[in-house]
Amino acid sequence: MSNRGEGGVISLRGRRTERPQTTARELAHLSDEAVVALVARSDDQALAELYRRFGRLAYGLAFRILRDDALAQDAVQEAFLGVWRAAGRFTAERAKPSTWLLTLVHRRAVDLVRREQRRRTEPLQPETEQAGAEAADEAELATQRQTIREALRQLPAEQREAIELAYYGGYTQSELAERLGEPLGTIKSRMFTGLARLREHLGEDARAGVGPA
Amino acid sequence: MNDGSPHELSAAYALDALDGDELEAYETHLAGCGQCREDVASFRATASALAYDVDLPPPPETLEHRIVAAARAERPNVVPLRQRLALPAAALSGVAAVAAIAIGIWAIHLSSSLDHQKSISKDQKALIDILSDCAKTPTTGGSNGAVCVAPTEKAVLIADSLPAASPDKTYEAWVIAGKRVRPAGLFRGGAGRKYVLLTKPVRAPAKVAVTLEKRGGVSAPTTAILLQAEVNPS
Repeated sequence: MSNRGEGGVISLRGRRTERPQTTARELAHLSDEAVVALVARSDDQALAELYRRFGRLAYGLAFRILRDDALAQDAVQEAFLGVWRAAGRFTAERAKPSTWLLTLVHRRAVDLVRREQRRRTEPLQPETEQAGAEAADEAELATQRQTIREALRQLPAEQREAIELAYYGGYTQSELAERLGEPLGTIKSRMFTGLARLREHLGEDARAGVGPA
Repeated sequence: MNDGSPHELSAAYALDALDGDELEAYETHLAGCGQCREDVASFRATASALAYDVDLPPPPETLEHRIVAAARAERPNVVPLRQRLALPAAALSGVAAVAAIAIGIWAIHLSSSLDHQKSISKDQKALIDILSDCAKTPTTGGSNGAVCVAPTEKAVLIADSLPAASPDKTYEAWVIAGKRVRPAGLFRGGAGRKYVLLTKPVRAPAKVAVTLEKRGGVSAPTTAILLQAEVNPS
């Protein structure tokens, strides 16, 4: 219960019950930042909107790392609750909401995979059928997927391997050094150089967090 | 920067590839290195782009509901205290009592008080925790005050400028659930804002009420309810 709301006590007033809640329709037009600002005001509809924008991506990432539906759901829920609890401090962070959320999902999933020791790195079979996905979302995601795949393809194989094993496999740099039989310094360099190169390839897209505007 | 210095770890950190001592050491370094924080922020954006290279089954449709319900359950409940009766001025002292408030923390700067007041009591700590929760909740109005119920069901009654009780009287708070009425704390009112940590949990649906009683309090209300807040499930 530490490190929460500063100085808010004295200005506390009144009632929660009459707080206006935004509707899904109003929310659809807002920027991600504006939605997070509403989440900071405990607007649960805004949290639902954030989920509609990024839930699928978050779950896909968590599932890829964890290979387990229940654990992936837990990781996604924890990440969204992390946003719910800390949205008021978000303005201080220099990141896109999508980057923030996906960082939380990743950290949570990696924590779980390390705890469960259930890491698996064989490639997953992509789903051929995408039931329930909106066609427009699907197209946008597909474009972004194409962009990142292209950028990954341009990396030297050993840099790509280090980044993929770390990000999708949840390996620490020490585990990677052991697994790949390389000195730790080599692994550090591969990650650093590879990620820097990836950032360059992605250009402005990466700085914008790639996600929907 | 590709020289084995801590700066180089910004990539591993952004990939969540540090743990244990390495992680701790790097986070310590990060706290004092602005350049590294910038590197990490930009590498995080790059790393997040990797999430898009995932083509997997969509989440179950129940997940959205589950997340929103869990979030709602964490939200504190702040309910206005409404005046039920004109406050009986005759029963009250005309002099604003300065002392003897159950727990008053007015004009405390929350963070600094926690830093500097080593001897902060357990109750004060609980009260600050609950209020910190409620301070996140957007609220308006409520001229008499409010009741703030944390997700733990611990609650604080916030009384605004209630006329001070005369020396032979006290305000008494009650938690009313169904037909069960339980005493939940005594306070004296007075100018300004008073915070009272309720001694009973408030599980919605319930009411929190305030009566004026003889000094020392009573086990069941003997007078009409002056103020009342209805706490409904969020």
